[in-house]
Amino acid sequence: MIDLLIVDDSAAIRKILQRVLRQADVPLGEVYEAADGLEALKVVETQKVGLILADINMPNMDGLQFLRKLKEDSRWKALPVIMVTTEGGQAKVMAAAELGAGGYIRKPFTADQIRHTLAAFL
Amino acid sequence: MQPLDQAILVNAILTATTEVFEVMLDLKIAAEPAYLNPPSSEPTDGVVALVGLAGQWVGTGIVQCDSGLARVLFSHLLGVDETPGGEGVDGEVLDAVAEIANMIVGNVKNTIEEHLGPLGMSIPTVVFGRNFTTRGGGSEPWTIVPFICRESRMLVKVCLTHCPEAAESRRGAAVLRGFTI
Repeated sequence: MIDLLIVDDSAAIRKILQRVLRQADVPLGEVYEAADGLEALKVVETQKVGLILADINMPNMDGLQFLRKLKEDSRWKALPVIMVTTEGGQAKVMAAAELGAGGYIRKPFTADQIRHTLAAFL
Repeated sequence: MQPLDQAILVNAILTATTEVFEVMLDLKIAAEPAYLNPPSSEPTDGVVALVGLAGQWVGTGIVQCDSGLARVLFSHLLGVDETPGGEGVDGEVLDAVAEIANMIVGNVKNTIEEHLGPLGMSIPTVVFGRNFTTRGGGSEPWTIVPFICRESRMLVKVCLTHCPEAAESRRGAAVLRGFTI
């Protein structure tokens, strides 16, 4: 079982991802939620998260800043992060890859896209 | 820099909106002919979600619909039962419309970036009210694509103005903070 963290400022997207994950045949434990990068860092500090789905455009701390913070810290450097975002431009995709994102899912997404991408990590 | 071809922008709006409705909402939508409109709109009712765009070009993308369609969009996005009748639009409905606007305008941005260079995007702002008017700050006309869904009209509007000095000032601020844009 793996605990997962969803980071998105949209409560609607967090609910959709929760539903897709719960319906998928994957060994999920707890699913935590955070509305921005700062909240997400607090969750990572206090919970044993094994995989993160993170948006890019968020208030307070965006997804790329959050990813940089994680990868700079030896405790979380190996923690896989999949970006789930509207941003599809080459610059953002490359920036996420260079910072160490493990995957990239563009919104709008299908449930199958989420399941297939997660399957590689679960 | 050449101004953006109107047909490219209209096609980007059509493609992005259709994809979001098919993939995320499982709702049929039909486009009506696009048109240009002056910066200020007629008084209207309902929900308006705005997303700012900034780079060498600056502007706004808007998704606008009535409260009934807003509730339908919420139900389909979240996969919950539709509540018949009623006028209520709560925070969950506004959040859903904001996210739909974010996806539509974000995918329009992804397409037009190929012609206009990199663009940043704000997080959405969403408004619900009666008898209100929206107005852009510049003099550029809005490109408007109307869509019909469940016999209600939804408008997707985009307005962009060439503004290279804005990009320069943002680049300067980013350099001061140690970022590259």
